Amino acid sequence: MIRDQGIGSRLWRFAIWAIVGLFVLNLVGVIASVIVDSFATRWLGTWLPAGWTVSWYADAWSQFQLGDVVQVTFEIAFCVVVISALLGVTTAYALARRDFAGKRLVILIFLLPLLVPPLTYGIPLATLLYQIGLGSTFWGVVLVNLVPSVPFVVLVMIPFIEQIDPRIEAAARVFGARTPSLFGRILLPLLIPGILSALLLVLVRTLAMFELTFLVSGPSTQTLVVALYYSVFASGVRAAQSIDAMAVVYMVTTLIWLVLALQFVSPTQIVARARPQN
Amino acid sequence: MTDAPALATASPPILDAQPGGQLELRGVSRSFGTYNALDGIDLTVERGEFVALLGPSGCGKSTALNCIAGLLALSAGEIRLGGKRIDQLQPEERGFGMVFQSYALFPHLTVRKNVGFGLAMQGMPRTEADRRIKEALAMVHLEEQGDKLPGQLSGGQQQRVAIARAIVIRPPLVLMDEPLSNLDAKLRLEMRAEIRSIHDAIGSTTIYVTHDQDEALSLADRVVVMNTGHISQAGTPEELYERPANSAVAEFMGFRNRMAGRVLSADAQRAVVEACGARLEGIARQPLVAGELAEVNIRPEDLLASSDGQGIGAEVVSIEYRGRAFFGVAKADDGTRLFFRSEQSFSRGARVALAPAADRTLLFKAGTP
Amino acid sequence: MTDVAAARSDRSVGKRLAARGFDGTTLLVLPGLVAIIALFIYPFLFGLYDSLRPKAGEWYANYAAFFSDPFQRDTIWATLLLALPATIVNLAFAVPIAFRVRLMRRQKLLTTILVLPITLGTVLVADGLLNFLGPRGWFNRVLMLIDVIHTPLRLTNNYWGVFASLVITGFPFAFLLTLSYVSGIDPAIEQAAATLGARARQRFTHIFMPLLVPGLAVTFCLSFVQAFAVFPSAILLGAPAGPTRVISIAAYHAAFELYDHSLGAAIAMIMAAVQLIVVVAVLGARALFYRGSASGTKG
Repeated sequence: MIRDQGIGSRLWRFAIWAIVGLFVLNLVGVIASVIVDSFATRWLGTWLPAGWTVSWYADAWSQFQLGDVVQVTFEIAFCVVVISALLGVTTAYALARRDFAGKRLVILIFLLPLLVPPLTYGIPLATLLYQIGLGSTFWGVVLVNLVPSVPFVVLVMIPFIEQIDPRIEAAARVFGARTPSLFGRILLPLLIPGILSALLLVLVRTLAMFELTFLVSGPSTQTLVVALYYSVFASGVRAAQSIDAMAVVYMVTTLIWLVLALQFVSPTQIVARARPQN
Repeated sequence: MTDAPALATASPPILDAQPGGQLELRGVSRSFGTYNALDGIDLTVERGEFVALLGPSGCGKSTALNCIAGLLALSAGEIRLGGKRIDQLQPEERGFGMVFQSYALFPHLTVRKNVGFGLAMQGMPRTEADRRIKEALAMVHLEEQGDKLPGQLSGGQQQRVAIARAIVIRPPLVLMDEPLSNLDAKLRLEMRAEIRSIHDAIGSTTIYVTHDQDEALSLADRVVVMNTGHISQAGTPEELYERPANSAVAEFMGFRNRMAGRVLSADAQRAVVEACGARLEGIARQPLVAGELAEVNIRPEDLLASSDGQGIGAEVVSIEYRGRAFFGVAKADDGTRLFFRSEQSFSRGARVALAPAADRTLLFKAGTP
Repeated sequence: MTDVAAARSDRSVGKRLAARGFDGTTLLVLPGLVAIIALFIYPFLFGLYDSLRPKAGEWYANYAAFFSDPFQRDTIWATLLLALPATIVNLAFAVPIAFRVRLMRRQKLLTTILVLPITLGTVLVADGLLNFLGPRGWFNRVLMLIDVIHTPLRLTNNYWGVFASLVITGFPFAFLLTLSYVSGIDPAIEQAAATLGARARQRFTHIFMPLLVPGLAVTFCLSFVQAFAVFPSAILLGAPAGPTRVISIAAYHAAFELYDHSLGAAIAMIMAAVQLIVVVAVLGARALFYRGSASGTKG
């Protein structure tokens, strides 16, 4: 890669970094204002709050029943992760190892849920779930979150599986391994990093998935992000600091898993399409 | 930007290279942070010469080539072409032709457009450009593939497109960065001959980077052996093959046996050393003094094994038949691995005496790079 | 048929299927496939069917009602007015910045920071923006401090708040995708162009743009489709009864507040159709301007 050293190019470079800097600054400002507000006693019209307190967290915890909400959120996310792992890894294996008539169609079917935004297919899906009595239920929310998650696992896992030489499996069979042995002793250990990163990403995405859960959940099956939405929506009723305390709780729960996920994958892979980085 | 080429306006029949003069590198250095990839390189390449930069990975040969091309800026030193400094120029201003290891063909352009890219950048009129492209494609035997895309060509064909693209602009200097390393052995041999014949036909100056000793020796007028950013030795292929300047160059040139020894006696040209438990006589490539440590280099074909006789005592580890003689590996009594030749087969574990030919044994001071 | 003959013909059927790629392993595709068909394909088709069975009137009544009511059909326009400029802005900034960043050796810090808004999601960003862009928030304060403005700008509960949220969540997405496309171009190709006399501008127009256009078209489509489906920010940060009444609000309102799921499905179908039209138009325009293979070679 060639770097020009002229004045014009230096100005351009400066402008680019200035814009990036401004964006990051604003981003940090947005996030920081939520955090600062959650610790404020009162914050009206000044640069920083008049005083600091942590009482809003206790307040939010009881008012919004955050304990229950967090528990439900993780229960839902856990089920989504496990089910999409089972469905996704098996599908990815078949797609990576076999070429068959109609494979392109199958791949398209798995791509579509990632290309079409959730609200577009969410409304008919939610309607259907309500009609068969799964609306507002735990399993309804789990099912609805499977739609973007299973294809995501498939897309992330296919390159991982393709990287494993199929001759390793052939060698295992030559040495007498039956299918359960093959999976348990050879494939799974090799795939663990890929599966782990895929599942962590599914977890992060499910925690942040708003539209689908919003359409299907009921009062006792809301995830944290949906509960946050409702409280912001009805923000006249509760104190803004309390809402922001809840927002910080949401941020922390999501970011813990993000940091964990980033140990295994690069940030680019969180963005819907998983491009294998060579 | 639309300058016409510097040659005569009448179209010459072949792609004669532009005269560019001598290429001089003076004190050229390039470092990446604290790592010195090139450390004070001095080199002069005459017009029309075919020079090979030879060395193991990491020796700096590709770095040197990239510096000449202008793709890397110099940390110190200067580069001159025909007396004029060029190291301050951007690569697009130097007008050199370059063939990359990965070919770097433009995937979205046809072969014809790839080859004609440099001419398009010069603003050459269509008719003249088409003629030159046709000549270049003929020179690399790809006349039929003009409208194909690079993705539709084989590795060897892509490589030839890369060469055509570099020579069509009639550069004063052609730079090649390990162009044959991605080809299979047979193709490599064919392309080697073609590259040399193209060089001779267009009369350009060529700098060719490779790690393959055979390639360098067979193609180049002069070979420059590099090691960790320095030039170890520069000379004709014969000079390097017969009279390597130090132990590392010797090993690279096929003197695979390298033994540590101590000088017993020495005169101006020859010396006797003790190595691997035997007395060996050889040609001193550097002035040696009795008592000092030395390195002994011998080619496998010059180290003859016999079941009796004088020489280094060793035990055969492995041996294989190579048609004209047997070549094998033995372990000397002090543990050194030695590569030898023999007229007869030996079994594993057999004791042999390895006798070096005194005229073919090279002795160097120990510790020279 | 004798037992032997029967067994032989069974085996050959199995073998013939295996030669076509259908064997036990292929069946592993079924559980996931069934799940997606049941949860995505079928509901979508069901929605389409449902939209054609309105509560009252002919089969096209839902669509007719939508397009004849300006309050409803203007949502398409309102959403386009938000989504198209936001996507164009995001892409316009993503391309030059990705070009710069690909030269960086340590990109991870920057990409990690940029992944935050995508991870945290639109709801949190909306909550933050309500504070940050508010009349007493830091954004207005800083602008007033450096004397750019004298009274606070109205940036919340209107178009601009929603636009800001689309840029904050949309730019990182467009940037990361563009960066992966730009990084996928062999650097030796740019070097080759330079040695052949191409200056920076020429390298950009002759080499980079043709190779990037397909990827940029895909990035545009994905970004646009995301922006077009904007929902919580339009409600929390915008004026959902007025200028930021986007089509997703109309669909939600019909299905879950008016309990007219048929109409809701119809609006969702219209939403999908508009997205499809824009995507097809963009991909078609790209095909028109840049023909020929743009995928990389082995080099």
